[in-house]
Amino acid sequence: MRRVAILGVGMTKFGKHPEKSLVDLFAEAFFEAFDESNIELKDIEAVYYGNFVGEMTDGSANLSGFIADEIGLKNVPAIRYEGACASSSVAFREAVRAVSAGYYDCVVVGGSEKLLTAETGIGTRALATAVDAIYEMVAGLTFPGVFALAARLYAKEYGIPLERLREMMAHVSIKNHRYGAVNPKSQFYGKYGNLKVEDVLNSRMVCSPITLLDSCPMTDGGSAVIIAEERLAKDAVDTPVYVLGTGQASGGALFRQGRDIVKAIPRRKSAEMAFREAKIQPKDVDFVELHDCFTIAEIIALEAMGFFGYGEACYATEEGATSIDGELPVNPDGGLIGKGHPVGATGVSQIYSAVKQLRGEFKWNQVEDARIAMTDTLGGDFGTLVNIILGVE
Amino acid sequence: MFAEFFENLKDGRLIGLKCKDCGAVTCPPKNTCNQCGSRKLEKVLLSGKGIIKSYTVTYIAPMGYEKEAPYTVALVELEEGPWIVGRLDLDSQSAEKEDLVGKRVSVYAKEMPTEMFYPDKSKRIVPYFKIEG
Repeated sequence: MRRVAILGVGMTKFGKHPEKSLVDLFAEAFFEAFDESNIELKDIEAVYYGNFVGEMTDGSANLSGFIADEIGLKNVPAIRYEGACASSSVAFREAVRAVSAGYYDCVVVGGSEKLLTAETGIGTRALATAVDAIYEMVAGLTFPGVFALAARLYAKEYGIPLERLREMMAHVSIKNHRYGAVNPKSQFYGKYGNLKVEDVLNSRMVCSPITLLDSCPMTDGGSAVIIAEERLAKDAVDTPVYVLGTGQASGGALFRQGRDIVKAIPRRKSAEMAFREAKIQPKDVDFVELHDCFTIAEIIALEAMGFFGYGEACYATEEGATSIDGELPVNPDGGLIGKGHPVGATGVSQIYSAVKQLRGEFKWNQVEDARIAMTDTLGGDFGTLVNIILGVE
Repeated sequence: MFAEFFENLKDGRLIGLKCKDCGAVTCPPKNTCNQCGSRKLEKVLLSGKGIIKSYTVTYIAPMGYEKEAPYTVALVELEEGPWIVGRLDLDSQSAEKEDLVGKRVSVYAKEMPTEMFYPDKSKRIVPYFKIEG
């Protein structure tokens, strides 16, 4: 197997883009990535594209071919991947494996999604296609609902009064909005940078106990990265960022996971796979970009990935352990809550932020001396998990 | 498979599948045992009783469900072991007032209008949980 490196990264500003198509958003991100990759268009041998619900938001499917054509690539394999919120992380991992195995030397991976331009009811229904279509949807279970159920389970499992847990969850929102507010690419750039616990607790209730400020927003956006085998990467750019390890696992519907819901077993398996492949341990990771679709999601993720013991990440968050100057900075780019969550583009946007950090280019919220980064993307109700570990030499 | 499950539920019978290999009960039905993956399953009638493990009052509903909001979705652990999703038969204000986790419930069905994307194009048969006592 060959080592794989990232040459260039790009993402659109996250927010509302009614004037741009799914194809436009991918192209914009691609051009930014391509322009810093120092390769020629003909070097790109395949397109890996993540999109979740283009059919419902834009009446658009069969997107991968249109995307390849839009960026000027003719006659290359172009494949769309769908793994709900993890769509472009699934695409990224498949692309890495194809390049590592020698099928291609250089490919582009990215994603795009338009949920903010879609009306809230359509957006909520589109997102809800990632719960069990029969046995969960019949009751009207939504994604905020899934994490609301998980929050209450977490409180019971670890003997924490729900109101106390809500205060600790609020610190995830406060931190991620603080970082999102200084990231020029984020949906909430310049906004919500100074939230208080009460602001989060008292914002509009979505699915109790999850409020609007416990939630990531609906977002339009695109992301793209160009990856290549090691030798090509070293010739092209000064600071290739290496893919040290990847992991992926799956799980069934929320109710099928029963007692294990807050332990997030598929995520634990995925993270362990990535650590094994990278030959490192959680303590070696300098910072994490993880899937904080809701505040409780960040807490559950940190425990399942092995950074904190079960039932401990809520206290660690409140004490500042996951802040930029804490023992493990988490979501220094603002995360899904502060930066936005254009579902199919999210996973590769985490890689964008991680690469910028590892190159020392994330000047608005730089993690000092960052050498190893880990990303985590969750699709569905704990059903599709992808973890990526990146590093610089 | 889901149609048979819901038709039975409508008539007051909660159907599960008992595994001949490991003895675990799977509900709602699935092609393999939720515990061990075995295909040696036999249909069994469940008690329809369980306890609330978690719940949430949904205020922002997806397209097709707006008229039903606010509604309370609950996760219930059945006496036989499996967890199922349904609606709590309780108004939202009461559901927000006290901690309902651990309350004993019985399962029944309500027929509701379907929506554009639901697999059953004529109706939705929704599992409902009634708090006992």
